[in-house]
Amino acid sequence: MSKIIVAQPAPLARRNFLGQAGGVLLSATAISLMAGCETMAQSSNKSESQDVAILNTALGLEHEAINAYQLGAESGLLDKGVLDVAVKFQGDHKAHRDALIATIQKLGGKPVMEMKLGDYAKALKADTLKSQTDVLALAAKLEMGAINAYLGVIPAFKSGDLAKVSGRLAADETLHWTVLSQALGRPLPGKALSFGA
Amino acid sequence: MNIRCVAAMLLTLSGVPVYAAGDAGRGAELYEARCTGCHSLDANRVGPLHRGVVGRRAGSVTDFAYSPALRKSKLTWTEANLDRWLANPEALVPGQKMGYSVAEAVDRADLIAYLRRETSTP
Repeated sequence: MSKIIVAQPAPLARRNFLGQAGGVLLSATAISLMAGCETMAQSSNKSESQDVAILNTALGLEHEAINAYQLGAESGLLDKGVLDVAVKFQGDHKAHRDALIATIQKLGGKPVMEMKLGDYAKALKADTLKSQTDVLALAAKLEMGAINAYLGVIPAFKSGDLAKVSGRLAADETLHWTVLSQALGRPLPGKALSFGA
Repeated sequence: MNIRCVAAMLLTLSGVPVYAAGDAGRGAELYEARCTGCHSLDANRVGPLHRGVVGRRAGSVTDFAYSPALRKSKLTWTEANLDRWLANPEALVPGQKMGYSVAEAVDRADLIAYLRRETSTP
């Protein structure tokens, strides 16, 4: 399996400075994602409520991804290097989650709650994971599902800013999927425009 | 234009709904690519489980948190209603939660054929 190198995170001091702007503790990613959504967040109408519903679906995907990586991390099946990557990817999903929660709340919506880890384990059939390859394959499948979901909902957003956010989330998931696929030794997609098709 | 699109057009012209002539095998591939991000056949995830959906009352899967709009819709998932739903969920049930739609009638037909097949497979 190929070695995967993970960049070190930004210094905590800088991240905390960015995160506390406005008096609310948000990750830098959350603030970045929400940039441009401020004007939209001030008013409420039916289209925004539909956008909130889509954001909540996205939040559900992020909750699931965070818990899937948690199940993988706790499985005892991952090598140290792979575990580091899994934790990094889980961190990305936590940043997505925080950004989505903040945006949903700004729009006056109620963020969907996370289920219990055991519920995710049952839904994802975690008891069938017997090897590191099984864990990586599940992660790759979920990342691909998220890519296609995020790309697929772009046309449904009434807000262009939120459609862009969906595209950015899809880009992160594509990065994850690519790394996981390479670690699994799978070939690159044979054709262009394979995502979201 | 591929042969299935031509066939779909002919079916439409002859008054036969396109969803009645889906390819379940291709539908399985489409389901894997487009639906499994949120759905599974046998488990509630971001979306409700799908096995048994054809003929089921909308909003009726136990333990899934539906939108009030869908729960109160009084729809039954006939193949015609599934076709309308997949084409534009919000047009069929305003206030529902699914932002994903399937633009091509042939793709919807194949997905419905797959769901029909899996509905009768335990």
